Amino acid sequence: MKPTLKSFLTKLTPGGASRPGQVRLEGVAKSSLDMGRNRVVATGAIFSLAFLAVGWRLIDVSVMQPNLTRARHAMPVSALATRAEIVDRNGVVLATRRPIQSLFADPSLIAKPDRLVRRLSRLLPGLKKTSRRALLRRLSDRQRRFVWIARDVPAAIAERIVAMKEPGLEFRREWRRTWPQGAVVGHIVGFTDVDGRGIVGIERKFDRRLNDNTAPLRLSIDIRVQMALRDVIGETVRRFRAKGGSALMMDVRTGELLGMVSWPDFEPSAPGKATVSARFNRNTLGVYEMGSTFKIFTIAMAYDSGLYKEGDRVDARRPIRIRKFSIRDYHAKKRWLSIREVFIYSSNIGSAKIALRAGRQRLQSFLRKLGLMQRPPLELPEVGAPLVPRHWRPVHTMTVAFGHGMAVSPIQLAAAVAGIANGGTWRAATLMKQDAAALPAGRRVVSRATSLRMRSLLRQVVEKGTGRKAEAPGYRVGGKTGTAEKAGRRGYRRNKLLSSFVGVFPIDDPRYVVLVTVDEPKGNKSTHGYATGGWVAAPAVRAIILRTAPILGLRPSRENVDGVPAVQPNTKPGTPPGNSPARRTAPAQPDKRASLAGAGGHEAE
Amino acid sequence: MSVAIARNDRSVVGHWWWTVDHWMLAGLVLLVGYGAVLTYAAGPPAAARINIDIFHFVRQQLVLIPVAMAMMMGVSLLPARWVRRVAFFVLLGAMALTVAATFTGPEIKGARRWIFLGGFSLQPSEFVKPAYAVFAAWMFSTGQLQPKFPGGTISAVVGLGILGVLLLQPDVGQAVILMGIWFSQLFLAGLSMIWVAGLVVCGLVCLYVAYLVFPHVAQRIDQFLDPSAGDGYQIGKALDAFRQGGLTGLGPGEGSVKSQLPDAHADFIFAVAGEEFGLIACALILLTYLFILLRGFGRAAQDENLFVLFATTGLLVGFGLQALINMASTLHLIPTKGMTLPFISYGGSSLIALAFGMGMVLALTRTRRGVRL
Repeated sequence: MKPTLKSFLTKLTPGGASRPGQVRLEGVAKSSLDMGRNRVVATGAIFSLAFLAVGWRLIDVSVMQPNLTRARHAMPVSALATRAEIVDRNGVVLATRRPIQSLFADPSLIAKPDRLVRRLSRLLPGLKKTSRRALLRRLSDRQRRFVWIARDVPAAIAERIVAMKEPGLEFRREWRRTWPQGAVVGHIVGFTDVDGRGIVGIERKFDRRLNDNTAPLRLSIDIRVQMALRDVIGETVRRFRAKGGSALMMDVRTGELLGMVSWPDFEPSAPGKATVSARFNRNTLGVYEMGSTFKIFTIAMAYDSGLYKEGDRVDARRPIRIRKFSIRDYHAKKRWLSIREVFIYSSNIGSAKIALRAGRQRLQSFLRKLGLMQRPPLELPEVGAPLVPRHWRPVHTMTVAFGHGMAVSPIQLAAAVAGIANGGTWRAATLMKQDAAALPAGRRVVSRATSLRMRSLLRQVVEKGTGRKAEAPGYRVGGKTGTAEKAGRRGYRRNKLLSSFVGVFPIDDPRYVVLVTVDEPKGNKSTHGYATGGWVAAPAVRAIILRTAPILGLRPSRENVDGVPAVQPNTKPGTPPGNSPARRTAPAQPDKRASLAGAGGHEAE
Repeated sequence: MSVAIARNDRSVVGHWWWTVDHWMLAGLVLLVGYGAVLTYAAGPPAAARINIDIFHFVRQQLVLIPVAMAMMMGVSLLPARWVRRVAFFVLLGAMALTVAATFTGPEIKGARRWIFLGGFSLQPSEFVKPAYAVFAAWMFSTGQLQPKFPGGTISAVVGLGILGVLLLQPDVGQAVILMGIWFSQLFLAGLSMIWVAGLVVCGLVCLYVAYLVFPHVAQRIDQFLDPSAGDGYQIGKALDAFRQGGLTGLGPGEGSVKSQLPDAHADFIFAVAGEEFGLIACALILLTYLFILLRGFGRAAQDENLFVLFATTGLLVGFGLQALINMASTLHLIPTKGMTLPFISYGGSSLIALAFGMGMVLALTRTRRGVRL
C-alpha cells in the first residue's frame, strides 16, 4: 500500500484502524503505543528529577545559605577606613573617605519606643512613614541589642539627639567614601555602595586593589584637563541642543588618557538620582559608527600597503550603486581624485574604491592591528566591544572605509589615530599613569613614512579642508571631521547625526589626540543650520586645545617648518584658511629630522 | 466556574467544557495570574529605567493576557485533526517570517529575531517551536504506522533547516528547545537506548561547538564557570534576591532587584518573585509547572492515538524545558540563557505563542469519543 497522506489521515482518526485489512497495522500501532506510553512516563520522570534539582537549588539559595548581606554589614567599617585613595596624575584626590556619625539604638534600654520614634522622626526627615513603622517594630523588640536608625547624621542634628538624653541611643563613628571632584570624574572613578564596595568605574575594577593596598591609586587623568573637557563639551551640547556628547584627550606616546568626559554626567555620591543615559559612559561603553574619521585608517592602509603611491588617482566621477542604496560624496568633485584629495575632500566614493581594491583581508587585518576589531583592554568594567558585521560582505569593505557599518568606541578611535600619528606605534588607551621609562612595548602599525604622510594630510584638513574651525593658532592642529548618520529602524537618518572631530597637536611632533563627539546636534544660526563635525565638534576641539595646551606646558609657536613638508607657516592669526601656499607642496618625503623637531625627541617607536 | 453547563449540552463550548482537562486549564490560568501580579511588581521599574511611561509594560501585558487567553481557548476548541492542520500552516508561516527576520530584521542586542508589523514587534521563531512539535509528531506517528514512510527523516530534515535559521540569528536558546522537542519525540518513537546515549553525547558536542562558534555563548559559559572573572553582575543580583527573600519574601513592592536588573520583568522575573514573595511562592510556581507537565504526560499516556501522544509530549517538553532553563539559569544552575518564563515573563510574542502551544495541548488532551480517562 502506498503511503499517501490521505491513508494516514483516515488511519489516525479514532476508529479508523478497525477497518478490515488493517489488522497488522493495528498490531504495529499497539506496540508503538505501548512503547510511547512507557517512554512518556520516563520523560515525566526525567522532568520531575530536573524540577526536583531546581527546587533543591531554590531552597538552598533562599534559606540554606548564610545571609551574606547581614555578614557584609559587619565588615565595612574596617574596610572603608583603610580603602586606598584614588588620585589624579598630579596627586589631586579623586576619591577618599570622610568620617560620619551614625545613630543606632539598643532596644533593651528603651522604655517607650513609640515616643522615641515620634521624636526622632521630627529630627530626621529621612525617616519615612513606612520605615518608621518598621523601626518601631524593631525598637519594640527587647531581645535585640542593636538596631541601625540612621547613617550619616549631620553634626547639628546629632547634637540635638544627644541632648535628648535617651539612654538607648548611641552614635558610632564610621567612614564613608566620598568623591570631592563630584561629577567631573564620575564616569571614570565610579562609586561604591554605602559599605564601600566598588559598584562602577575604577572603584569597581580595582575594588580588591583598593582594599588590599593602602597606597593611593594614581590615574593618568589630569583633573585640570578633565575640567576643561567638561566645560567645553557641556557648552557644546547645550549650544547645539544635542542629546549628549563626549570628549577625551590622550597622550599619543603613552596611550594615557589625560581626560575623558561623557555628557550628560552624574554625581557619584547620588547615583540613584541619575538617569540611565547620564550613567552611560559614551567614551568606553558606547560604540558608534564614526563616519569619515575612519578614512584616516583607509588612507593610511592605502599608503602603508604600498598599493597606492602619492599621485595615484581614484575615479570618483559618479556614485557607486549597490542594489538599493548608493555611496555618494557630500562635497562631490565628480572627477578623478588623488589619494590626498580623497582624504581632504572626504570622498566616500574614493575611500570605498581604495578599500575595495585593498580587499577585505587587508582592511580587516589593518583595523585589527589598530585595535578596532576587539574589545579594548581599558581599566574600567564599562567597556563596550565594537560592533563588526557578522557576515562581512564586499559592501561592508566599502562602507567601513568611510566609517559606516562598523561601530567602535571613542577610546578605540583615539588610540588608533594616536598610533598612526605618533610615528606608527599603537598602544591601548589606559587610565593608569605610565612610567615613561617603563612603557609597555607598543605595536608597529604603519611605517614612519606613512605616519608622516598622514600628519601632513591631517594638517591640510585643518588648514583648508572641513576642519578649519579646529585651528588653534600656534598649536598646529591636524585632524579629521566625521559626520555619521545614525542608523534608525529603516536605514540611516539624514537629520540624526553623530558629529565628531579628532584632532592631533602639535602635528609636526604629535603629543596629544583630542576627540570630541556630539550626539544629534541641531544646527543653529551661527552654523547656518549645519550640524556636521566641522561646524559642531571642530570648534570644541579648538577650545579644548586653547585651554589645555598652556596647562600641559606647550607654548604656542610659529609653525615648525623644519623637516615636515606641507605644514607651512600659514597659520598666523588672520590668514584666511583655504588659500595657503602649502596647497601644492610636495607630499612627505620621510625625513629623519622630523623626529628631532619636537622637544625631547622621544618619538614613540 | 459556576456557569452552569449541562452535561448533555452538545454545543461547541458545552462539549469543550465537558471534555477539556479542567486541572490543566486551572494550572495554566494560575500561571497567567502569577504573571500578572509579577508584571505589576517588575514592570514599572523596568519602564522607569528606559524612561518610558511607568505602566507601559503593565498595560501592555494586561492587554495581551486576554488576547492570549482567547487564543488558548480558541485553539483548544479544535479537534485533533484540525490541530495538525493549523500547526502545519503556522509552521510554514512562522518559518517564512523567521527567515525574513533573520535576513532583513533589525539587530537587537546582537541578534536578528524580530519583525515589525505596523508598530507591533513579533518574534516569529517563538511560534515555530509549538508548530514544529506537532508537525514532527505527525511525521513520527505516521512513520510508526507506515513502515515505508520516512517520518523520522522528514522531521529531522525540517528540524535541521529550522535549526540552521535559528543559529544564523543567532538564537541558541530556541535552538536548544527545538532539539529537545525533536529528541523527546524520537525517544518516544522507540529509539534504542544506545542511540539515546549517543545523541545525548552529540548534544553536548553541539553545545561545545556553540561555545567555540558564538562569542556571546562562550562569554556566558565562561562567566558561569568563573563568576568572578566576567561581569557576573546580573546573576549575582539574582542570587542576592533569593537570599533576601528567604522563606516568605520581603513583601510586595519591597524588593530591589527589579530596579537593578534590566531584564527583571522578562528573563529574571523569577528572581523578583523570590525576593518579594519568597521561597513559598517560587516553589508554588515550580510545582504549578510540574503539575501541568505531569498532568499532560498522564493524559497523553492514556490516549489511544499515537499522534496525540507524540504531539502532546513534544509540546509539553518544549514548554517544560523553557521553564526549566529559565529557572535554572536564574538560580545559576546553568549558564544564563535569554529565555522567558512561560506565561509569567513579560513579552508579547512569547505569551501569544505559548498560548497557541498550550491551547493545542488542551485540544489534544480533551477526552475524545470512546476514550475515557
